[in-house]
Amino acid sequence: MSDLSTPHGPRASRAQTDVQSPEPKPEPGGVDLPPSEQEKKERSASLWADAWRELYRSPVFVLAAAVVLVVISWAVFPTLWTSTGTDGGPCILAESRQGPSSKHIFGTTFQGCDLYSHVINGARPSIIIAVLVTLATCIVGVAFGIVAGFYGGWLDTVLSRITDVFLGLPFLLGAVVVLSLLGSQNIWTVSAVLILLSWPPIARIMRGSVIAVKALDYVEAARALGASNMSIIFRHILPNSIAPVIVVGTLYLGGFVSAEATLTFLGVGLQIPEISWGITIAQGQDYAIAGYPHLLIFPCAALIITVLAFIVMGDAMRDALDPRGR
Amino acid sequence: MGRYVIRRLLQFIPVLLGTMFLLHYLQTLSIQINGNPVTALFGDRQPPPQTLAAITRAFGLDDPCLQQTGNPCLGMFVDRMAGYARGDFGIDFTRQPITRLIGDAAPVTLRLTLIAVLFESLVGIFAGVVAGIRKNGFMDNFIRISTTLVISVPVFVLGVLIQIGSGLYVGVWLRDNGAPEWLSAAFSVTYQVDHPWASLFVPGVVLGAFSLGFIARLTRTSLIETLRADYVRTARAKGLSRSRVVGIHALRNSLIPVVTYIGIDLGALMGGALVTEGIFNIPGIGGLVFNSVAAGETPVIIAVVTLLTLVFLLASLLVDMLYAVLDPRIRYE
Repeated sequence: MSDLSTPHGPRASRAQTDVQSPEPKPEPGGVDLPPSEQEKKERSASLWADAWRELYRSPVFVLAAAVVLVVISWAVFPTLWTSTGTDGGPCILAESRQGPSSKHIFGTTFQGCDLYSHVINGARPSIIIAVLVTLATCIVGVAFGIVAGFYGGWLDTVLSRITDVFLGLPFLLGAVVVLSLLGSQNIWTVSAVLILLSWPPIARIMRGSVIAVKALDYVEAARALGASNMSIIFRHILPNSIAPVIVVGTLYLGGFVSAEATLTFLGVGLQIPEISWGITIAQGQDYAIAGYPHLLIFPCAALIITVLAFIVMGDAMRDALDPRGR
Repeated sequence: MGRYVIRRLLQFIPVLLGTMFLLHYLQTLSIQINGNPVTALFGDRQPPPQTLAAITRAFGLDDPCLQQTGNPCLGMFVDRMAGYARGDFGIDFTRQPITRLIGDAAPVTLRLTLIAVLFESLVGIFAGVVAGIRKNGFMDNFIRISTTLVISVPVFVLGVLIQIGSGLYVGVWLRDNGAPEWLSAAFSVTYQVDHPWASLFVPGVVLGAFSLGFIARLTRTSLIETLRADYVRTARAKGLSRSRVVGIHALRNSLIPVVTYIGIDLGALMGGALVTEGIFNIPGIGGLVFNSVAAGETPVIIAVVTLLTLVFLLASLLVDMLYAVLDPRIRYE
């Protein structure tokens, strides 16, 4: 999320000056006890500081974030979790479809591979795709939204119609069509297709948000002081209109984990030598009917828990950043 | 209202043409890069060049612009649009008109979608109302947690798990205990032609489950907001019963965003139908796309998706109009 966090920069530094500025002022009560550090913060914190404080106090958010960190560590350091390496380990056909045991805690697949190792290693493509696609859609969507919302006029009309055209393709159908037309299916093509089809909602949200912020007094004040368009956009508009995009972006992360698995399951996503939850579930489906439910239950559980954690995080961030929902 | 409708229609035309062109351009690009899709007919065998050329001509893929990478093939696009306007969506690899394939498949998908929409809206609105009338109560928390859970389960995971759970365990148990045939058909692993409604029940529930969560949440938020409105307080002050205030006064207004959501959700239902029909082996439109993807029949995929996109765009247009009728504020910008 490094690219997304850059907009925080100016806002965060301003938030700190906001916190400091009231300090020299005398308290209205005068003789009251000096307020504690905590109270001072609560009185003058920015939206982001408020949101952050609410988030790290919420046990649900902390738990979801912990789950997400664990899954990310599966993706980045799979060898920390499994000793069989990143290729799913040695597959011994004689040990095909065994139930969970002390040697293979999730049991073995049809080819006799360790299912636990497949579940751990399956996180990597999902996380890479989710993070990459979310970053790219946010950058593209935010750029479109700012240009359309800030400059308005014919530029807005043209960009909004382009957004509508891409929004006109139903998401999953569009992804299936493009991927089946592409012919080559790997992490990068799946990411590219997901980016192509999922930036329009972000652009719409950002455009609306920018139009709302543009009308505020401090933008007018900055313009009166002679600020250039660029400096207004990056110092005032962007930091104050990005919040809804960050919320949707967090929800998108879970959505893309799910979308990758769905496309792979349908056969237009990642292909067999790769290890992915979608493939493991598709293979498990055949043998679960034949009486080996563990082949289905463990990868499904990993997928559901990951998506759930991202969605819970997104919900918590929306509650924290959008005070109207309280 | 009249001006709003006219403006909305004028915006619709470039979007429609743009989306159609996007699909067309994607297909021409894929042919220009990957080569002639007709070769998929022959598998690993090498067809005689004359045969290949004849079949390519029959599918209208012999345009020289398909050899030039990046060329948008505008002539082909115009021809294709004219064909669509005449109701000609081309033929598949077995020379059947694609419109007939769609005509055979559409009733099944319509039934499936109807079951899904009924299920998601009835259960979703009920759950949303139960949660919304007592904010932060036990039922509210329970429904919030369970809708989050439902939203987090990808449709294909739910489909696979329910297919095995209901089809294998419940279905077999029902059959062994002499349940009536329609009941065991409702819990079968696959679609059954003899029971066109009953055997679509479980797939419909799977298809509707994802949107159910969103509908419940939307109803809840919307109802909570409406219950704070002044006119609701007035209705209460007049001494109207609680059920009348919630059921008639508040719910009618809070359902406006829900109705529009159900309309817009059609796009998600189409994608979901692709997954559900693939899993439960249902011969609907989603199953048609599913099988065409497996067989590499791009003419069918493009034609079906174009048609579905048309339906989706028209539905969005209607929903926008409906929204303007239901909520007059939207007409004035």
